[in-house]
Formats: sequence, structure tokens, C-alpha cells
Amino acid sequence: MVITKKKSVDRRTTPIRLFITKTSRSLLKGTLAGLLATASLAVASTADHSEFKVLQGTFATGPDVTKACLECHTEAAAQVQKSIHWNWKIDPAKDSREPGKDNIINNFCMAVRTNEARCTSCHAGYGWKDDKFDFTKQENVDCLVCHDTSGEYSKFPTMAGHPNYTPKEWPPKSGKIREPVDLAKVARSVGESSRDNCGSCHFYGGGGDSVKHGDMDSTLSKPSFGLDVHMDADGLNMTCQDCHTTVDHITAGSRITMNARDMNGIDVPGHEFGGRATCESCHDSDPHKDGPAPLLNKHVAKVACQTCHIPEFARDKKTKVAWDWSTAGKSKETLKDEEGNITYSPKKGDFTWQKKVPPEYAWFNGKMNYTLIGDKTEKNAEGVVELVKLEGSAADSGSRIWPFKVMRSVTPRDPETGQMIVPHLFGKDDAAFWKSYDWQKAAAAGMKAVDQPFSGKVEFTKTTYLFPITHMVAPADQALDCVACHNRDNSRMAGIGGIYLPGRDHSEWLDRIGMLLVLMSILAGIGHGLLRYTRRTKGGQL
Amino acid sequence: MRQELIFTRFERFWHWAQMLIIFALLLTGFEIHGSYQLVGFNKAVMVHNICAWSLLTLWVLAIFWSATTGQWKHYLPTSNQMGDVIRFYLFGIFNGEHHPYRRKRWAKHNPLQRLTYLLLKLVLMPMIWGSGLFYMFYSVWMGQGAHPALPWVANIHVAGAWLMLTFLVAHVYIITTGPTVGEHMMSLLTGYGEVYDDEDEKKLEN
Repeated sequence: MVITKKKSVDRRTTPIRLFITKTSRSLLKGTLAGLLATASLAVASTADHSEFKVLQGTFATGPDVTKACLECHTEAAAQVQKSIHWNWKIDPAKDSREPGKDNIINNFCMAVRTNEARCTSCHAGYGWKDDKFDFTKQENVDCLVCHDTSGEYSKFPTMAGHPNYTPKEWPPKSGKIREPVDLAKVARSVGESSRDNCGSCHFYGGGGDSVKHGDMDSTLSKPSFGLDVHMDADGLNMTCQDCHTTVDHITAGSRITMNARDMNGIDVPGHEFGGRATCESCHDSDPHKDGPAPLLNKHVAKVACQTCHIPEFARDKKTKVAWDWSTAGKSKETLKDEEGNITYSPKKGDFTWQKKVPPEYAWFNGKMNYTLIGDKTEKNAEGVVELVKLEGSAADSGSRIWPFKVMRSVTPRDPETGQMIVPHLFGKDDAAFWKSYDWQKAAAAGMKAVDQPFSGKVEFTKTTYLFPITHMVAPADQALDCVACHNRDNSRMAGIGGIYLPGRDHSEWLDRIGMLLVLMSILAGIGHGLLRYTRRTKGGQL
Repeated sequence: MRQELIFTRFERFWHWAQMLIIFALLLTGFEIHGSYQLVGFNKAVMVHNICAWSLLTLWVLAIFWSATTGQWKHYLPTSNQMGDVIRFYLFGIFNGEHHPYRRKRWAKHNPLQRLTYLLLKLVLMPMIWGSGLFYMFYSVWMGQGAHPALPWVANIHVAGAWLMLTFLVAHVYIITTGPTVGEHMMSLLTGYGEVYDDEDEKKLEN
């Protein structure tokens, strides 16, 4: 494969930058390219799906297509049904307290329950419209959303994972009509998943493009070298599953089960192979090779690669950084910023968008403690409910300093029970918030549906929610400069405790005493010298 | 009294190389410490480390040289004439007195110099390079978690730097207190300085 070296706009040429650039280039040209050559190229398949008899003719519904797929791919649905894409949980057991999209409370649309038909437009299945969805029915698996290569398939936003089978208006009252998808054409064009397949959900998490993660949005469909060195459309052009290696439909790497410090180094297939979802999987744990490499490599034990190599996220497109639900329903006018991002929605309240966001940093051992449905919450000293609490500390060998997107919202809470509200937002019934704009009703309906008590009181509370930043790896010459952390006044590590950081930390009293000593010796010299000078006429020695 | 070679070529090289290295170490060290931004943190660290290794190498050479030539004897402390020298710098110098100490071939430093340089070599410098090596190789002894001793290592290193800077100021000033302002300095450039006959030495020779 050919690696095109793209010209970067901001290629500064200090020696350390040159060194890093040189290193990364030689690395890319060497091992990585070899490893990935087969994966990144469109591999010629031994099967042409357009020739398959079972895929000729027309299909009425998505499940009909799936049935056809299963004729040959007999085990595919069973595999998918073990995956997080299907269960929205690590452990699909019914009473499991393991976190997943299904039971986590976030500060975007808060929770999936009672709003399924809207949320599950991003479920890899058909028909999850309420808590009676049959997770064992094989034809409910949506093969096309991940395997369509025509680019024509898309699920309708409010149909519980189905595409629309008849022309439908979207957005509501816009007058724009979405034509039904030609299921037969899509079925005959299936292949390996591309960035756009994954992106059809993961770029649009939280209700729109670039809303949720900050390091994943539609700009990664065809990213430049400057936005993402790995997925660079004119360069390495890597796909999501080049790192999120997928075996038996089980995908490696998830923010729900993070590996904050990969001690395995390069993952050699066939030898302790556990997926390539960490940087170390390809780059090893001493990734810097020339110049001050030993100094940089020492950072690896304590600093995640992403901390230096993703100095800012949402670099090409704004991401949502704050969401105030308390203003929802208060006005009827939708407001937008100059780039067309909604800043006020009558249904959802006020939004704040930000581009080129510097992450916030924390010690992290890979364990994120999410607030689950049923959990009692506490406000911290600033009156904020931290919906995600990180584990990790400087003293812990498994922890490293990681970058995060912090989402700051104002969301409903029951002040009596301390539980965050699971609001019933979406639906045609009167209790749905987006129907009657009544928080009491929405909260009562939502809490009842998840079998949780509700006092009848709703307060709006500041909340934070965290996303580890790991995509949008910048070119090496744009990695964080040492001084970004190693400085006293505005260190990126200002909030990182438990460690002595040269340049950031110093002992005030030690420096004062030191300065005093130096000053005293200077004054003594001046005084002594002056005295010698004034008495020099006495003869003899000066 | 006669002009004689008191600082050999190696000794002069040692002194001036050491001066340059220590100057660079202080300059980059205080940048790493966060006191100011000058050449950039990354360059400062690189220069600081290169200088540190250069200085350690120089010290190894100097120790070898001192040991093999017997020059180490110049740093043996003595109380003989100590009072005279201190009195001279405090009072006598202002009254036009001559320095009370007479330099001899095998005792070229006055008792105050001997003590200062001995403390420098035995206390301050080991304090700096000792803490410096611990600082540099923190990943070897610190283990996997952050060690509470690291701030202490750093602070000892910084304290050493302040003491070194204090010494340098005094040292540079005292250079000017020779018979003329530039005479001590010239000795370290040319190697020649005034030497008095040593009675004991003469006896030995005879």
C-alpha cells in the first residue's frame, strides 16, 4: 500500500518535532503498514452478493432481509446477539448491574427506558420499542446497518430501528419527505463495515452529529491527516475495526470496559491476542525511538498516549459541551449558531457548542463508575452531581493520566430520593415530555416504568458526564509540547495530584530561602567591594 | 617569591570546562524548575542531561588526576592561619594589608579556600549529582506508583542549585580580591602565579 505524506499546515521544525515526525513516519512505513496492509485495502471478496439467488427480488422489511442473510450466514445472528451492539450491556443477564447504554443515566437524553422507539434507531436490530422486545429473535438483528456498502441504507429516527418502508416526512413538519430504502439493492451490496457504517450511529450519538463524544463525528468519514493520522482518507485510511478488531461479531475496545494501561505491548495475532484497541497494540509501550526517546518513553507508564497526541478534540466540527434541560419548553423558537448548530430547542433546552476543545485530565485505571437507574446520587462541594466517577490514582500502577471530554448539563433529579430522573420524553401519550412539556408527568411515568420511587418533586441539578478521548490522533508534530504541562501558571496538569511534576511544582519556601541566600551573597560582594574601593587610597592591596 | 606554574593545563581545562557546564546547568535547571521560559522545556531537559553527564565524566577525570598526581593534598583542611585569613577578608583588606597567606607549591590554597573547596567537593556536589541521578532514574526506584520521595529528591536537587549559585556569586567576587582585581583570574588563564619558598620543602630537597 502507498503511504502518502500529507503536507500539514502547522509543521513546525524544532528538533524534537522533527524527531517525532521522523519516528512516526518510519514507524508507519514499517511495521504498521505491513500489519495493516491487508486490513485497510478493500479486500476482494470470494462472494458477489449481487449474484445470490436469495437476494434477488424485493424485500418488504428489514427482518425479511435478515432472514435471507441467515440462509447462508447461519451463525451470524447468534453471534451478534452476544455483542454489546445488541444487548447494550456488557452482561446481558436481566438483573445484571453491569453498566451499559440500557441502564446508564447520562446527561444528554438521560436514559433509554420509555424512550426506546427513538433511541433504538441506533440499535443493531429491529423493533426494540419498549421493554417487551424479544432479544432472542434472530430476524430482529439488523445486518444492513453495519454491512451496507451502497451508502443508501438508513434507519428512520423514530421507528425503533426500522428504516421507513413508505415515504415519511422528516424532520416533523419540515415538509421534507424521506423515500423508503431500496432494501433489495442494499442487500445485494453488503460487504465489510466501513467508517460510515460505524459512523451512522457513533458519529451521531446524543441526538445529532458531533453531539456526544467530541472525538467522533462525521468529519471522520473522510478525515484529513491533520484530523486523524490513522483514518486519513488519503493516507493510511484505516477503518474503525483495524483497531476495534472484531471476531465473531464481538468488537474489541469500549469506553464501558477501558484498558487504561496496556502492559501487553504489541498484540501478535495468535499470541495472547486480545484485540488491537489500545495504542500499544501496534505502537508498543516504548513507542518513541530517536532523540529524547528515553525521556518520552518514561511518560508511557504514567501518561496515556492520547494525553499528548490528542491535544484538542472536535477539531473540525463543534461538539456539544453543555446542555440545560431546565429551559426546555419555555420558548417556542429554535435558535441556531452561525454554523447551523442548534443552541436552543423548545424540546431540549439550551446547548453550548465548542470547537477545538482541550480535554480535561484525570488519573484513570480504566474503571468508570456510572450512575445506573436506581442509584442514589450525591452533590459534590460545588453542588454538581458527577454522573461518572473515575477510579485511579497516582499511586496505582494501573492508572495513567487520561484526557476526557466533560459534558456539563442541567438535568432533572428527585431531591427527596436523590435519584436522577429517568424522564419519559418520547411518545404520543400525554405523559411524554415532548407532548405535554410537563416534567412532573414525564418523571412519574419514567420512574414508574423503571420500578423506581418518585417523590413528585423535580429539581434541576448541574451534572457532569465523562468520555475518555481516544480518537482524532493528531500528527506527531502537533502533539502537546512539554511546556504545556511542565509550567507553573497554566499547566494542563494543574488538577493532577499525587505526583511531583518538574516545571509545574516547586517549594515556595525553598525558592525563597535560595533566593535570599543568593541575594545576600550579592549584597555582601557589593558592600565588601564598595568598602575596598572607597579605602583604596590607603595604599597596598586593593 | 617567584612566578611559577601553579595551575597545570588539565587543571585549567577542568576549571573552565566546569564553569561552562555549571553555568549551562544552572540556566537550564532553573528553566526546568519553572522559574522562567528561555530555550523551551524540551531543549532545557536535553541540554541539562547532556551537561550532567559531561560534568560527571569531568569529575571522574579530575578525581583520577588528583589521585594520581597527589594534587588532592591541596584540599586537606587545616586550621593553621585560618584566623589570619578570615581577619584579613573582614578587616585587613580595607586597610591595605597584604594577604597573610603565602602560597607554596604544595599548598597553593589558603585555609579558607581549602575548606570551601573541600565542602564543595564532598558535600555540595555529591548532593547535586546524587539527587540528580535519583531524579533522572526515578523510574528505576520509584516502582509503578508515584513515590512520596520524589518531591524530596527534587527539592534536594533544587536546594543544591541555590547553594551552588550562592557559591558562584561569592567565588566570582573573591576572584577580584587579589593583589590587583584581575590577578587571580589571570592565574587561572595562564596557569602562573606567585609562589613562596616552602621551608619544609627545601629541607626535604636538601
